Amino acid sequence: MAEATAPKPSSSVKLVLLGEAASSLVLRFVNNDFQENKEPTIGAAFLTQKCNLPTRTIKFEIWDTAGQERFASLAPMYYRNAQSALVVYDLTKPTSLIKAKHWVAELQRQASPGIVIALVGNKLDLTNETSGSSNAIGEDGDEAAEPEDDGDARKVSTAEAKTYAEEEGLLFFETSAKNGTNVTEVFTAIANAIPETSLKGARGPGATQSNANRAEDQSRVNLTGPRDNASKEGCAC
Amino acid sequence: MRDSPDPRSSCSDARAGATTDTTAAKAAGKNGIGTMTVASENDALKRREHPKPDTSDAATTPDTMHSEGDGDERENRPPLPPRPSLLNASDRPNTPLSPTKKPALQSKPTTAISSVDIQTLAFPDGTRGTFSTPASRSVSESVSLSGLSVGQSTPSRKVSYNGNGEFDDTTSLMSYAPTLRANGDLASLLDEGLSSQSPAWKLLSSQADTVNPFESIDPQDSPLLNFSHEFDEIEAVDSKGGNEGKLFTCPAGKPIWSRHGDQNLINGYIGIIQTIISFYQEAKDPLMGFTAGGTKFVISTEGPLYFVAISKLGESDVQLRSQLEALYMQILSTLTLPTLKQLFTNRPNTDLRRPLEGTETLLSSLADTFTKGSPSALLSALECLKIRKSQRHVINNTLLRARTDKLLYGLIVAGGRLVSVIRPKRHSLHPSDLSLIFNMLFEAGSVKAGGGENWIPLCLPGFNNKGYLYMYVSFVSAHEDGEAPSERPHTAGSGRNDEIAVLLISADKESFYELKKMREEVVGQLEKNGSMNIIKSAVRQGRPSTSDIVPGTIIRHFLYKSRPNVQFTMPSFSPHFDNLLSRRRLLSLYHNLHASTHAKHSHVKVLHCVGRDSISLAWTTPFFEFYCVAGPNASRSALAQGANKVIQWVKREEERVFIIGGAVF
Repeated sequence: MAEATAPKPSSSVKLVLLGEAASSLVLRFVNNDFQENKEPTIGAAFLTQKCNLPTRTIKFEIWDTAGQERFASLAPMYYRNAQSALVVYDLTKPTSLIKAKHWVAELQRQASPGIVIALVGNKLDLTNETSGSSNAIGEDGDEAAEPEDDGDARKVSTAEAKTYAEEEGLLFFETSAKNGTNVTEVFTAIANAIPETSLKGARGPGATQSNANRAEDQSRVNLTGPRDNASKEGCAC
Repeated sequence: MRDSPDPRSSCSDARAGATTDTTAAKAAGKNGIGTMTVASENDALKRREHPKPDTSDAATTPDTMHSEGDGDERENRPPLPPRPSLLNASDRPNTPLSPTKKPALQSKPTTAISSVDIQTLAFPDGTRGTFSTPASRSVSESVSLSGLSVGQSTPSRKVSYNGNGEFDDTTSLMSYAPTLRANGDLASLLDEGLSSQSPAWKLLSSQADTVNPFESIDPQDSPLLNFSHEFDEIEAVDSKGGNEGKLFTCPAGKPIWSRHGDQNLINGYIGIIQTIISFYQEAKDPLMGFTAGGTKFVISTEGPLYFVAISKLGESDVQLRSQLEALYMQILSTLTLPTLKQLFTNRPNTDLRRPLEGTETLLSSLADTFTKGSPSALLSALECLKIRKSQRHVINNTLLRARTDKLLYGLIVAGGRLVSVIRPKRHSLHPSDLSLIFNMLFEAGSVKAGGGENWIPLCLPGFNNKGYLYMYVSFVSAHEDGEAPSERPHTAGSGRNDEIAVLLISADKESFYELKKMREEVVGQLEKNGSMNIIKSAVRQGRPSTSDIVPGTIIRHFLYKSRPNVQFTMPSFSPHFDNLLSRRRLLSLYHNLHASTHAKHSHVKVLHCVGRDSISLAWTTPFFEFYCVAGPNASRSALAQGANKVIQWVKREEERVFIIGGAVF
């Protein structure tokens, strides 16, 4: 589809989305929309959005997963062949960063080795350090709920998360899905970070699938058990 | 009815008046007590009339028939013997026998002066008029119904027999415990006397019969007073609480979910409930429910889980129990039965909240649907989108042609109404499964809010409670033609009823891309052959109003359930039941009618209910259940006439409003 409209080369990139409040981030990116108190995802949502780079067009195929335990058996379907992942934490909740670290570890174990992972701290609008003019609007309700006197609900410092991201070789951003700060930047950065080689000839999901699968089978230790393993092999050949 | 050419299959007539013993009269002043009169079809009469359906009713059984002229109903009727104690005018100050009292009642019509004659309605189609009615006698009963919400209190009930058109004088007066519901076995028939209408009253009625249901009720009386706050989170539990709450828990005592309030607040209450439940369980006599004041508690035990419904809305035990059952089905749909059992076998004190994480919203929206009142839940039936038979055929075929091997069920649903289903020959779809899916897609909003396409593992307990199926869902907005689903506007609240969903269900968890392809083909084809536009315009049009269906009818709303098809149809709630409160009142009325006609051992086939704020009619046959409501001043015969017309309409439109057969592969 993208080929028809844009003269630039276009390729599909599978992106898996994990972590707290991740849905609202992708909703901002895909639909430029924000919903207060969005209910948790049920199952998984599949969304697509194009990202225009100077030299090419990337079509993101985004899997927004619920990430609950009982869906664990579905996880391989999402991770498999994913070229990129977005792990989101809530920078007003320290526990959400711990969860995010679990997801990163999980991805490093489970997903293709070349996967590009971005760590994103969301809800920047609840801190008082953003210069954005838009974050003053409609924020009262949220801030009233916070015990902070100065209106700064931040609980996870930028330095802490950034250090972790650097150690693990992740892209790092702080965003606000509510007012849109940095959201497009995250996806553009991911698109830029995807190695050109993994995009070559990758015109459809089928092609990327076989590419990534091959790489994955060579080097990965599979920890999810025999059932999982079997299903993967079945697809790879 | 008289001017309709259709033969009348039967006509039994219960001349019933208000049972104005002092209790009822007192209560009426306070809480909008209505009198409900019930008559089952008189089988004997029917059999007699069927061979020669054109015979005049009045000629056959002058005793029980009456002519139709609105005001002249009594002329052909010989006065019946008075009942010594009950017909004493001084005992019943509100009856029309004491005309001087009437003006005082005109502003608030009570049952005391409403004519409550029963006509058994003629089935519009002569061929179908032969449905069997097991009751061999005419049964009617009068139940004092306290308005809509405290419907369980039945201060008094008159019981008598009507043997072959003759009234029995040995009427007895009985009192019942408030929890006892109308029982069809307890036949009662009220005699004449109360049907006499003064000219003044007739004049008033004729001018005011456009009053809509629930217009006049004084909200101060009503337990529904705080209904609009029903869905707010409760911050502090106090004795006034909400109208309805549901909670469930496991025997080890861990609360799992509750509709209202923070779990810390309700923990104490859960402890009390559990103590009560286990007390009875030790005695090997499990507690089913109890009533405290106007609040009803219903308890159900499903495997390792206790479910408790707490309601002041006046549903019957059976209805509350079916609501709890639906919540249990939702849990099974998340976990599957083997998983649930395993969790509790391995660790009896499992905290089920964790495995259920993320589905609280589904449970809440399900419970809210019950609190708001859902015709679909009440009737255990589905609603279909009304389109032409040939149009539905085209859509079915489009789905069938695009079908992939992995597909189990394919559905198109618009705003909670079914448009088309394809299924394998060997498997049917269970309505309770579909209502779980509809709740997830159209009420909970979490799926749709995400936009795009969804891949949802779920268990359909009616189909198979042991394993997961995988459901592909994508939405198409009814408001933008030919736009991609991702570009539709997000109007979380208002948009819910005009979303068209394509659901493709498979047993294979890897089949997402295959079903995605099928969906693209289906939507493309539907766009091409014009079906998509038909669906969209049918959705935009909404349900017809009652006056579109039967011009000039006094019926304000109705429910018609086709029993063989397990589907129902109804008109739009607007303009008379636009807001949440009036809709809840309407649904409460339907709940009462439904409970009365579905009570165990009930032989009630036709039920006419007169209340201060509405009159209503329930009619059940093996083929359908029908419930309708009109304003309090509407005449009974106009209601009956309207009901017949509506049923004729449904019969005419049957293949449009229902999916009959459906497409199989």
